[in-house]
Amino acid sequence: MVTISFVNRCFKNKKNAQRLAAVRNIRALVLSSVAVFGVSSTSLNAQDGVRIGMEYTLGGRPGVMVLPMEGDKGDSIWTIIRRDIDYDDRASVVNMSAADSRAFVPVAGKPINFAALAKLGVVWVVHPRATLAGITVTLYDVAAKKAANTSTFPLPSEPNSPSWRMAVHGISDQIGFWMFRTRGAAQTRILFDVQGAGELWMIDSDGANARRVAKGSYYAMSPSWHPNGTEFVFAAQENRGWQIGSHNLLSGVTHFKSASMRGLNTTPAFSPDGSIIAYSNGVASGGTNIVVAKIGSTAPAQRITVGKGSDNTSPSFSPNGRRIVFMSGRAGYPELYTMDIDGTNVQRLTETDYGEKSWRASPDWSPDGRMVAYQSRVGRDFQIMTIDMRDRSTKQYTSDGENEDPSWAPDGRHLVFSSTRSGVRQLWVVDVETGRLRQLTKQPGARLPSWSPLPAKK
Amino acid sequence: MNQRLVVLSFVVIAAVAAACKPPAPLPPRPVRDGNRDSLIADSIARWRADSIRHAELARQERAADSLKRARENEQRDAVDNTDEMAILRATIYFEYDRADLSEAAKDLLAAKIPILQARPTLSIMITGHTDSRGSSEYNIALGLRRAAMVKEWLVNNGLESSRIEIMSMGEERPAVLGEGEHAWSQNRRAEFVPLVGE
Repeated sequence: MVTISFVNRCFKNKKNAQRLAAVRNIRALVLSSVAVFGVSSTSLNAQDGVRIGMEYTLGGRPGVMVLPMEGDKGDSIWTIIRRDIDYDDRASVVNMSAADSRAFVPVAGKPINFAALAKLGVVWVVHPRATLAGITVTLYDVAAKKAANTSTFPLPSEPNSPSWRMAVHGISDQIGFWMFRTRGAAQTRILFDVQGAGELWMIDSDGANARRVAKGSYYAMSPSWHPNGTEFVFAAQENRGWQIGSHNLLSGVTHFKSASMRGLNTTPAFSPDGSIIAYSNGVASGGTNIVVAKIGSTAPAQRITVGKGSDNTSPSFSPNGRRIVFMSGRAGYPELYTMDIDGTNVQRLTETDYGEKSWRASPDWSPDGRMVAYQSRVGRDFQIMTIDMRDRSTKQYTSDGENEDPSWAPDGRHLVFSSTRSGVRQLWVVDVETGRLRQLTKQPGARLPSWSPLPAKK
Repeated sequence: MNQRLVVLSFVVIAAVAAACKPPAPLPPRPVRDGNRDSLIADSIARWRADSIRHAELARQERAADSLKRARENEQRDAVDNTDEMAILRATIYFEYDRADLSEAAKDLLAAKIPILQARPTLSIMITGHTDSRGSSEYNIALGLRRAAMVKEWLVNNGLESSRIEIMSMGEERPAVLGEGEHAWSQNRRAEFVPLVGE
């Protein structure tokens, strides 16, 4: 495929028009054979009066059909699970109405028509149904023509409440685990701040339940999750300075690291075990250093960068907790560096691009440790990039508008970031495997997102 | 057999790559058909494109220069203010991604010192701000560097360090909303608030 497109670009003059046409034919052939192996996007007639089609897919992801659920909450559970599987980007959800897909629901004496589903490219069937304990979900393997997994999930009593929706997202993630052996990241939330307003907000991974959190008289920015998923830290400014605040979502209580709001303390981040925080601390003589402080200790924070008047900020821990990636202006312009958590073994991570002014910031270490996502100036605007920690290869994910502040989802596959592509700054999510994008927030000014960890296993 | 196939396909790819020249750069190269008119037309087109680009760059430079002069004049006018508190509160401005002080800024700072020295109960709060370019977290640090630079100059010129507090709001509190040098030049600044009885 690569060779063909290369050849295609090369034949520019008219002499080669015929050869070009031939190449196009070959390409069409290859594309149609991909469609045969993958999932066709054209409509097929499944059964009498039932129309079915697949949502657009890249490279043939397995097709999943979610059977409709009887009962009052059925439609919304059906909608949420289908949307979660779609946003997860690993499977392709069959685009069929609840009414039409009802024909496939197994009933006594009439099992699932696996043969018809196989012809439609369906690989998995999800069958949710209401039970006394909550909902029971069976995952069918169409090729094996049998149930692969069944489990019953309790649900909170109040339909569509935030906790009820989170529980349904948990079911989606379990279905993802059954299909692919790793959980999805539907049962997560994203913290962000609203520039200008100085407010902190939280939103579910599917864009539902946007609500303000940790309200106060202060101007807040840069929220960052505790690994327990119920607390977070942030930077707050009031009157004379900036201080690190921490908020507990269960108790609703906010604490500040120091009673005095003086000083310049910003961009906090927890270590993966939650035992220490790193943040940036401005010094009176100018310059900003990264410091680390033990949680629950009264000992003063320990400085781990040697600023010498330069700006060092935005720390993010490696998943093993041993290293920190951060932004520093020590070379005269902002670049990314890594260091041990005691400040030793400093290494420059990003290299200068000759011919343009380098400008890199907002690093976030991926959950599997293999990559760091960051923002890099490309031409006039910032774009979202990743750098591979092993071979230093980089990849660019955005090109439209100004794109900043990437934060990894716990699935290591999605990034949330802020973008001005719609005209105003909003949060967007990108699937790093396919580049597929979706808008998360509908709140102008949303930025500096932090994607929560998965809930702790019970 | 398989190895030979791999080698063969490499040869084919290399041959195709060698036959293929990279796409022509813009503006297009002169047409090599010996036609003088088209060569001339081509160089005229290139000359025009170049001069349009240069004119645009020059225009942007002039616009930036005139905005810079406007900020300098604003700072110089502030020095001549008859209201001393207005001099004390007057804003100073910075260049893009820089924290060093211009001559106009230094003149304005120099005018603030005797006013503060005549009022020993006053101290001053300096808040550094930035334009909206750069990452917002970096800009908090840059704003502090600006405020610290102002403080250092004031201390070096006779003001007690204990009477100066510094803070940064980065790009969070723009003086002028919007994008473009017009807004940016007014947002790269340090603001001064007198504090009483400290």
